[in-house]
Amino acid sequence: MNDNGEKMVLAGKVDLPFSYSAGKTASRFFVELRDHQKIVGKRCPRCQRIIVPAQLFCKECFVETDEWIEVGPEGTLLTFTVVYHKENHHPREAPLAYGIIRLDGADTSIVHLLGETDVAKLEHGMRVRALFSKERKGHIMDINCFRPV
Amino acid sequence: MDPQVAIIGTSQTKFEADKGYEDIPETVFKVVQQAMAEAGIDRDDLDTIVTSSVDLWDGRTASNQMLADVVGSIMKPESRVAGDGLGAAFQGMMAILAGASEITLVVSQCRGSMGDHYEISNWVFDPIYQQPLGLDYLSAGALQANLYMKQFGISQEDCARVVIKNRRDAQNNPYAQEVEETTVEEVMNSPMLAYPIKEMDASPVSDGACAVVLASRDKAKTLSKEPVWILGAGSCVDSHYLGDRDLAGGDALIKASNAAYSMAGISDPLKELDVAEVSAAFSYQELLWTELMGFCDRGKGARILKEGQTSLGGSLPVNPSGGMIAGNPVTVAGLTRLVEAVLQVRGKAGNRQVRGASRALSHGTTGCCGQGQYVMIVGN
Repeated sequence: MNDNGEKMVLAGKVDLPFSYSAGKTASRFFVELRDHQKIVGKRCPRCQRIIVPAQLFCKECFVETDEWIEVGPEGTLLTFTVVYHKENHHPREAPLAYGIIRLDGADTSIVHLLGETDVAKLEHGMRVRALFSKERKGHIMDINCFRPV
Repeated sequence: MDPQVAIIGTSQTKFEADKGYEDIPETVFKVVQQAMAEAGIDRDDLDTIVTSSVDLWDGRTASNQMLADVVGSIMKPESRVAGDGLGAAFQGMMAILAGASEITLVVSQCRGSMGDHYEISNWVFDPIYQQPLGLDYLSAGALQANLYMKQFGISQEDCARVVIKNRRDAQNNPYAQEVEETTVEEVMNSPMLAYPIKEMDASPVSDGACAVVLASRDKAKTLSKEPVWILGAGSCVDSHYLGDRDLAGGDALIKASNAAYSMAGISDPLKELDVAEVSAAFSYQELLWTELMGFCDRGKGARILKEGQTSLGGSLPVNPSGGMIAGNPVTVAGLTRLVEAVLQVRGKAGNRQVRGASRALSHGTTGCCGQGQYVMIVGN
């Protein structure tokens, strides 16, 4: 039998709801964002590094972090990109910009959106400041973006 | 110690933008049959099977379940790596080293064409701190590229030269996806996707599969006239959260490659290796990975490429197959690098053959920006 005929391609879609527990550490981080517009990290009792966004434990020392410390809201932009193509999973219209930011007082960095999408106006090492969202829900998007100071 | 595990059969499909003319088991059936035929074994000889696939790429969960029949696993122990195929080869190697298996079949398959390439990669990120930002392999790669290029003074033209080399070499690889030769100007003028990554700096969306048959020392000597030995292997994983990593530093790859070199007795990879097949989904990654694997000093990846040291005919050709710039069926990439490394040391790499190659490095990554790193060195 000849199989040079039509080949069927069937459409499908994965569309499944989930609910993710943020955990006690990220929950506190989100509550501080939502209720106080504060960015908080946790200190490692062994190496004293302040880890932001807050995490349960220090990955270097492998011990639980203990003390809550407020950091930022200003920091230094370590690297950035501006994305020009459109994707369904983007939270905003393209172009949109991302950065990795070392907040003042922190020893690790936070990845987030940037308010400036003109690549010519972004620089490694520039100072940026968190802009909090007007409507805050206890979510990473309670920080709207980081804007050049 | 003498090497204990050999590769006695390999097979790969041609990489294509869309293999919709056949289903996944039909693709996998061919590579499994070919690799077993090359090894001179049948299904009864298989002790264990390791597959590599990722559910979201396959549009179903427990995606290895649909593969059980076609990889010959029925009534046999099978395990799966939900990540890069070179990681599956590691599991296969360990099953043999542990004495649990004498012959292990390793199979990797992926179809970029089935879903949305970058949207699926958004699901790699943790749903609490990163996924809601809309990050994906492209934007995360661009953050890494921009940091690495700034720190080491690498230009976009330097990255474009990776594309030119790999697209040129892909013309010699019958398994590569159709990509045309190009120029620095063309790459520089291709649309900016995510600064500083342009369309031609990125690997294409691809479908493909490959298979490798591993054997214990005794079995390899009985079954194969030309076993290719695993001389060294190392793997290492970095943290997931992008802000916790030194994206231009890459200690994970330094550790993985050093472990492989130490096992293989290699102290100067540029001189002692004959060819390297490197998993670089974007052009900048080939420069970054070659530096981290010690082919040159940090920041000199672009220079050794410009000097021709990593081109065919140079001291250590990198990706004579064209690499991932000539086809990126995501999780298949690392196992393809191993297949190419084996073909090289067997002298069977056709027009992309590195003359007299006897020691070859293969490299695979998993996760974004090289979070997981695998290095395997083979030789005859």
